Amino acid sequence: MNKFLTTGLGAVASTVFPALASAQDAVGMDQRINDVFAGSTGWFVNLIFMSLPGTNFPWIVLWLVVAASVFTLYFGFIQFWAFGHAISLVKGDYSDPDDAGEVSHFQALATALSGTVGLGNIAGVAVAVGIGGPGATFWMILAGLLGMASKFTECTLGVKYRNEYDDGTVSGGPMYYMTKGFKERGLPLGGFLAIVFSIFTIGGALGGGNMFQANQAHAQIAGILGDYPGWITGIIFAAVVFAVIVGGIKSIANVTEKVVPFMGVLYVGAALVILIVEYDKIGWAFGQIFAGAFTGLGVAGGLVGALIQGFKRAAFSNEAGVGSAAIAHSAVRTKEPVTEGVVSLLEPFIDTVVICTMTALVITISGVLVTDPATGRFILNEAGTAIKTVDGSSGVQLTSAAFATGFSWFPYILAIAVVLFAFSTMISWSYYGLKAWTYLFGEGKTKEIVFKVIFCLFIIIGAAANLGSVIDFSDAMIFAMAVVNITALYVLMPIVKREMKSYFARLKSGELKKFID
Amino acid sequence: MTTSTIVVGLDGGEAGARALAFATTQAKLIGSCELKLVYVIEWSPFSFQTSEENAQRHKRREEELALARERIVEPAVKQVTDDGVTVQGIVRHGDVADILDDLAKKHGAQQIVVGRVGLRGLKERMFGGVTGRLVVASSVPVTIIP
Repeated sequence: MNKFLTTGLGAVASTVFPALASAQDAVGMDQRINDVFAGSTGWFVNLIFMSLPGTNFPWIVLWLVVAASVFTLYFGFIQFWAFGHAISLVKGDYSDPDDAGEVSHFQALATALSGTVGLGNIAGVAVAVGIGGPGATFWMILAGLLGMASKFTECTLGVKYRNEYDDGTVSGGPMYYMTKGFKERGLPLGGFLAIVFSIFTIGGALGGGNMFQANQAHAQIAGILGDYPGWITGIIFAAVVFAVIVGGIKSIANVTEKVVPFMGVLYVGAALVILIVEYDKIGWAFGQIFAGAFTGLGVAGGLVGALIQGFKRAAFSNEAGVGSAAIAHSAVRTKEPVTEGVVSLLEPFIDTVVICTMTALVITISGVLVTDPATGRFILNEAGTAIKTVDGSSGVQLTSAAFATGFSWFPYILAIAVVLFAFSTMISWSYYGLKAWTYLFGEGKTKEIVFKVIFCLFIIIGAAANLGSVIDFSDAMIFAMAVVNITALYVLMPIVKREMKSYFARLKSGELKKFID
Repeated sequence: MTTSTIVVGLDGGEAGARALAFATTQAKLIGSCELKLVYVIEWSPFSFQTSEENAQRHKRREEELALARERIVEPAVKQVTDDGVTVQGIVRHGDVADILDDLAKKHGAQQIVVGRVGLRGLKERMFGGVTGRLVVASSVPVTIIP
């Protein structure tokens, strides 16, 4: 076992097992931050993850899946029949050459993806598979496929109702379709929903888009350098993010934006190589995934546990229905809002159906999850909360261990990838949070800087707090966004349908032509 | 009505100026010839940007176009007009070689004139240079001014 994994063990143990963490009183500051944090956010987390009466199924998971299913049926399985058109839009086949230099479909998609592809795909999937077993993968893929319809709905609306200002800049997102769309339909409460949504978006930006990222990035760095207090990582990260979002140092952001896609390709490439080398186990892995999806295979929480974990992680990873993508996609240059909706449905596909599934397959095939040789079923850890792993790791460390079975040097690459993914996700979410903030408090230099400073402070808190309370709070805030956003999507979906029918009718009649010859 | 068209690539520097001087002389010799002075702002629809850059893209594009017209194309157009040659200035975003060739086809030009930039070493080997790619892909004759 290499140095990374052995030293990583201590870092993981201290974040996963609170008993061990409190034994290390040298990191007392982390502990204090953590106590205050868990104490002040616990009630909200409990409300969002409340189980349906008489079950242990959180209502919020049902809410997301029902919505994605409704949109899938309502738009006639658009994620399947418009898939090819989405690809030709991204290739630029329908882009007017006179618009060269404007934001292309590809750029809007890439920008939105850089906000969603990240730790959810690496750490989140490991958490899901660790607790729910390989069967969680099946539900994750299903949720990803259904989520494509949610994404289509919200991004079409995001472009249709964006604000275009006189100076040529644009602002879009759920806040705008809530106010303008509701008004157009003659309905009240649009403004109210927009305010509630903005508050949750700020929370989500500080939670999943910030603290969770800082937290996992610290775990990765500590895994390589040895354990040290999280607030140190936090301050360094905060300083760099501050330089970019407040100082306007574009070069740092530019470097990240170029390295992140490369890292994404490298990650998928490494996963593919491992899968090709272990090709004889792929059939078995899919067997585990299908069997686990319907029987539970003795994992924590059984079948429902696998389902909840799969759905939860898919939603957290691709953010379909959450509303964040509607902000990111709304900058595209197009006269047809539907085109961006169609392009955006590739996002959950790439994020969840491709990348998350890769991670899940590698974890399953690598054998880092301990099975009972006699029965072939998974063995739970001492606490009974998750499947026992070969080195006791969870989250991003588990993914790291799984990839290390193929390439011993991979943990180092993964550590760099995690730090960069974390960074690009933070930059994206600082923008989403800022849009919500300026929606609430109005545009203005001072107001913007106040938010940006708050955002940087939360990086430090996130890096110092422990994993459990950060993940809970991140999930809760992001899901709270989905409660408000999906409510609005239900109300506005007839508008999307009208747009969709009109667009595809014109496409079929040849009124909308390809520009390439 | 002019009978001949030459597309000239400007780069805001020495090489473009040499191309312009040569093309102007050619146009005078031909007599009935229009010059299309093209400045291309390097841009790829497949590059990666942050959300904030995307939100401001339209504004930035307008600024880039205005700047290129004012600083590079308009002075060149004026210079050629003063020489008594028919001329049109064009500013576009995209890949230089692609745009020059597209415009040559669109306007039915007889040739493209560009200046040699003179990249050397690794950079030239890796990227091939604009002139190199133009020569390989062009659908009309290309004149390169050293």
